[in-house]
Amino acid sequence: MTALRVAARPEQDASPRPVPWRRMAWVTWRQHRFALAGVAVLLGGLAVWLWLEGLAAHRAYAAAADCHPASSGACGTLVGYFLNYVSTGQVIATVLQAAPALIGAFVGAPVLAREMETGTFRYAWTQGFGRWRWTLAKLVPLGIAVAVAAGAFSLLFSWYYQPFFTQTLSFNAQVPLDAGVFDLRGVAFAAWTLAAFAIGALAGMLIRRVATAIAATLAVYTGLAVAAGLYLREHYMAPLLVKNASAPRSAWVISQQWYAKGGQPVSQNALSQVLQQGAPQLAGGKGGIPQDDPTVNQYLAQHGYTLWTTYQPGSRFWPFQWIEGGWLLALSVLLIAATVWLVRRRAA
Amino acid sequence: MSMNVVEASGLGKRYGGTWALRECTLAIPDGHVAALVGPNGAGKTTLLNLAVGLATPSAGGVTVLGGRAPGSLVALDGIAFVAQDAPLYKNLSVADMLHVTRNLNHRFDQGYAEARLAELGIPLNRKAGRLSGGQQAQLALTLALARRPRLLVLDEPVAMLDPVARHDFMAIVLTAALDDGVSVLLSSHVLAELERVADYLILLSRGRVQMVGEVDDLLASHRVLTGPAGEADRYAEQPVVHVRRAEAQAHLLVRATANDPVPPGWESHPVGLEELALAYLREPGAAALPGPTLPGPARGRHAEPSEVAK
Repeated sequence: MTALRVAARPEQDASPRPVPWRRMAWVTWRQHRFALAGVAVLLGGLAVWLWLEGLAAHRAYAAAADCHPASSGACGTLVGYFLNYVSTGQVIATVLQAAPALIGAFVGAPVLAREMETGTFRYAWTQGFGRWRWTLAKLVPLGIAVAVAAGAFSLLFSWYYQPFFTQTLSFNAQVPLDAGVFDLRGVAFAAWTLAAFAIGALAGMLIRRVATAIAATLAVYTGLAVAAGLYLREHYMAPLLVKNASAPRSAWVISQQWYAKGGQPVSQNALSQVLQQGAPQLAGGKGGIPQDDPTVNQYLAQHGYTLWTTYQPGSRFWPFQWIEGGWLLALSVLLIAATVWLVRRRAA
Repeated sequence: MSMNVVEASGLGKRYGGTWALRECTLAIPDGHVAALVGPNGAGKTTLLNLAVGLATPSAGGVTVLGGRAPGSLVALDGIAFVAQDAPLYKNLSVADMLHVTRNLNHRFDQGYAEARLAELGIPLNRKAGRLSGGQQAQLALTLALARRPRLLVLDEPVAMLDPVARHDFMAIVLTAALDDGVSVLLSSHVLAELERVADYLILLSRGRVQMVGEVDDLLASHRVLTGPAGEADRYAEQPVVHVRRAEAQAHLLVRATANDPVPPGWESHPVGLEELALAYLREPGAAALPGPTLPGPARGRHAEPSEVAK
């Protein structure tokens, strides 16, 4: 075996030249290719579905939009046919909300949790590459990979969902800022996917068990996404205020409130009584008045009541996208930095 | 050139409220096969984790390869570590494990690794998880040695091996040490195996260093005195490490050299490494340590020759 032996070990005492970053690329790919393939299968499968469904939806939309005269029964049938696609679209959008969570949980969480669970971190962190560099060389490319895949997918989704926003057909069109679809389009979907991945990575490092880390990632991501949709997004920019239900149809209505002549807010119950006394035929059931009913609104306006609507206009779609993408990117960077920091200081 | 591959002073590690290792002061010189011996829970793994940078000290300090910080890039480059149970990526093939290790290090002797695996009959296309326990240990050792380290650290390397595999494994470690000049630090509770390979001994007990030194020095400074059992107590006040009584005879392990006088009626015998280690392990109060301060290249007297049998 003498021939196999290396005579000397050169550059041992040379300054600590790090092992080049690019050498980790193969390692990361080799170890996570099945997870990445899983993402490709998940998003690819959904993409095929979206593509086929989208072609049909676009055709149905074109047929309904081109139909003359619009009031004819035949056109009504075509519109109804198109509206079926709108309902399917809403179902698809709901399903897709889960995609970033699944990617974060099944790609992000195992990156460190599996190493901790199987003890292989003792191998990985004692190689010449160095443990925090190893962590960074895994998390950054994987994070970028899932974000890019999600970004490409959301382009397709934007195309697919386009007809459902149009106002020309006589149905209640979707609003681009609506929580159900806002985070699936633009840069938000990629940003949410990246954030889910970063949450998964940190959870994996903290929890050190794959199954538990996956569950924790799903829970934390869901909490964050719901909180962002319900409480955070409406505050990205100061909402606009408009009188008497004249907000544009593409607006995302945040709140509506009736005020009396003196400027004090009036409860729904009080308004209901006003209607019962003055125009019982307009009053709805108990405890409130019919919403978005022009006749009701007109009646109340004539009697000195004012409806103030706060809303975010649809034109703010891109500013909102950049704000959401921005804070999610910052959060992801922070979480990945925290993960690397934990790896660096964590005792075995 | 003399250098300490591991040097610790006042080193301690606490997990929660429990000290896994405390007040550990030692220096392992270059060019040795050093055995870290102690019962389970003595702090062996903790000391090794501190030396390879997987853990950080709670007290004191440790340096490796002549003053380098454990876990620094230079230290990682020069030290190959095989953790307990030889963790490998079970779903990777043997060839992929070689590839991963090659990519993660400056040096990797692919030819050496492939030749050794061929010798061992470990197929390159087999998944690491499908290898036997012995083969996994051998693969982990091969990966470590192919990195051409200056220091090889092995945590309980033979614990999961059968006697034959154990023998083969140690033979390779010894070859690397003797032919390639790799320093070795290995922990084990298999004492019988060490007699053959170790020339430096660190005995840990309850988180403290109990005995440390070159095996030759330790053996030369201890004798077994055999004499009438009735007289044993007379010498038990002296620096006696351990007393073992047979029916009529007592065996005293004492700190003494071959040249020290023997009391009348007693015989002095040399001691074996296993016997020596066992005696100390049975007497956690006894200690054979170098002086309180450690000179840089600590090669000197490690155990006090005593005035036992004057």
